Amino acid sequence: MNVTTTRGWDEFMEGIWKQNPTFVMILGMCPTLAVTVSAVNALSMGISTALVLIASCGLVSMMRNVTPKEVRIAVYIVIIATFVTAVDYAIQAISLALYDALGAFIQLIVVNCIILGRAEAHAAKNPPIPAMVNAAGMGAGFTIGLLSLGVVREILGAGTLFGVSLFGASFQPWVIMVLPPGGFFVLGSWLLFFAWLERRKQRKLAETAENV
Amino acid sequence: MSETAFQIFVNALLANNFVLAMFLGLCPFLGVSGKLDTAFPMGVATTFVMLVASLCAYGLNLLLSAFHLEFLRLISYIVIIASAVQLVEMVLKKYSPALFRALGIYLPLITTNCAVLGVALFQTAREYNFLQSMVFSLGGGAGFTLALVLMASVRERLQLSNVPEVAQGTALSLMLAGILSLSFMGFAGLGG
Amino acid sequence: MNADLHQLAAQSTPTAAMIKTLGLVSAICGLIIVGAYQLTFDAVADNKRIATERAVFKVLPAAKSIAEFVALPAGGMEKIGTGETPAGAVKFFAAYDGDGKLAGIAAEGGAKGYADTVRIMFGYQPECQCVVGIGVVSMRETPGIGDKILTDKDFLANFTELDAKLNAELKALANEVKTVKHGSKTNPWQIDAISGATITSRAVGKAINDSAQVLLPKIVPALEQLKAKS
Repeated sequence: MNVTTTRGWDEFMEGIWKQNPTFVMILGMCPTLAVTVSAVNALSMGISTALVLIASCGLVSMMRNVTPKEVRIAVYIVIIATFVTAVDYAIQAISLALYDALGAFIQLIVVNCIILGRAEAHAAKNPPIPAMVNAAGMGAGFTIGLLSLGVVREILGAGTLFGVSLFGASFQPWVIMVLPPGGFFVLGSWLLFFAWLERRKQRKLAETAENV
Repeated sequence: MSETAFQIFVNALLANNFVLAMFLGLCPFLGVSGKLDTAFPMGVATTFVMLVASLCAYGLNLLLSAFHLEFLRLISYIVIIASAVQLVEMVLKKYSPALFRALGIYLPLITTNCAVLGVALFQTAREYNFLQSMVFSLGGGAGFTLALVLMASVRERLQLSNVPEVAQGTALSLMLAGILSLSFMGFAGLGG
Repeated sequence: MNADLHQLAAQSTPTAAMIKTLGLVSAICGLIIVGAYQLTFDAVADNKRIATERAVFKVLPAAKSIAEFVALPAGGMEKIGTGETPAGAVKFFAAYDGDGKLAGIAAEGGAKGYADTVRIMFGYQPECQCVVGIGVVSMRETPGIGDKILTDKDFLANFTELDAKLNAELKALANEVKTVKHGSKTNPWQIDAISGATITSRAVGKAINDSAQVLLPKIVPALEQLKAKS
């Protein structure tokens, strides 16, 4: 079970690009849309989720040989809930303002499909180190997904980025972007963009195939 | 907070619709909203689970507060919800096998539906009393069903129309959801 | 938690292995949760205290320290931390200035705004029997419209000396605190609404009124108790 560096790197990159949880697998939509009104919120949510993901996958993987099949989901959920509770307290200890901004969505990390999905599909079948590397990749991919929404929404909806004003006082914020519909629109646009990229790539491939 | 039961219901149903304004339960919202036949039963099943979960969570919270064990709240809520889903699954399997098959994979997924855990967490955070909690979960479930049914009807229509290839799939669903959400914003201020 | 898990296990086929695993998992998880709780307990408590103090100091700028009290349903009050708080008790803060003199009273209130409940904190000054400042605890009002209640200077000017006198029997406010349409404020107990954000302004007025109606009749007759307990 020796993992070479390249394989580890591939595992990591898989979560960021090929199986990006936000843009490719469309998982964990609730926090993706709910907390991305600003880049700071998006980043902290992404990091919290990634931490829970890594820790849970590690523990699930360590316990994989002693977990009977019938109760595995219960075991996973309890493990995930544990780490979410820990992260919940950690965020309260770090900053109450942040805790209030993220609201119930920190505790709702428990029901984020990404984590249960990773635990079931990957961590339960692999040793701890690769499982955690894979989880880290997924977490990073999710964070990137959240950030790309948060940045766009904050710039358009409030004219700021990480709280720093970009356009000066004369900027008229596009308020709808920080309201619920804006979340749907921005994510929809990102997906459109990626679908367009994918199609262009395929057309190019087809063209080169014809030329040869 | 002295919100009346009616205010809470209208709020959870329309003004703060669980799916379109609070972003709870988006996975089934995007996943099961393809056909009207499955969307409605899914909504009803979720509503039922929400009601049971809210009931259990209320009792559980009393118990945990009495022993000052608040840090176990999250973990016990999720265990209770998982059990409630199992219960609904067994009941459905016995009394309506056809529906059980139609809902298929999505039934166990109710466990990981944020709307269910959301109801439990929000009613605790807002310190609702028993009646308020029940009405809140009922309104939330009805709102979830409403959003699901609306979305399914629109998507059934869309199958007949000519959509650019690049926009098909989730991107289109999200844009639709955005427009629905925009129209639901018109309900804000209702029941105030 | 253990009981819950075992119950879960009993629903599926109960075997020793399952129970053993679930027991092991719950033991590990219990340790992690309790550890995290203990580790962060002080920091969280500190943060909460600082946040509350900051909110109170904002509505009562003269304040330097605070004490938490509850007003009892039957009238009178007691300091928080002395036994169980009875049902129906209302929490409020007594704020003291640098010399230990009572600088004012701060309390929270909430009312339904445009999108969701608007929760505010207001400061009350016993000498003038008036509300002298407000701050928002939480709200989800429309950015750029409803959140003007935080920034609109004319609106905030309502709360430099908002009349909240009690009536002769000390049972209720002499005049209800009420939000009126923009530009039609005539009495000191009225709040001039922000034009275009009337619903949110009205929520602020209602929140103050509801809270003050309950709280002030109980604590004003017993103000001496607060002054003494600095």
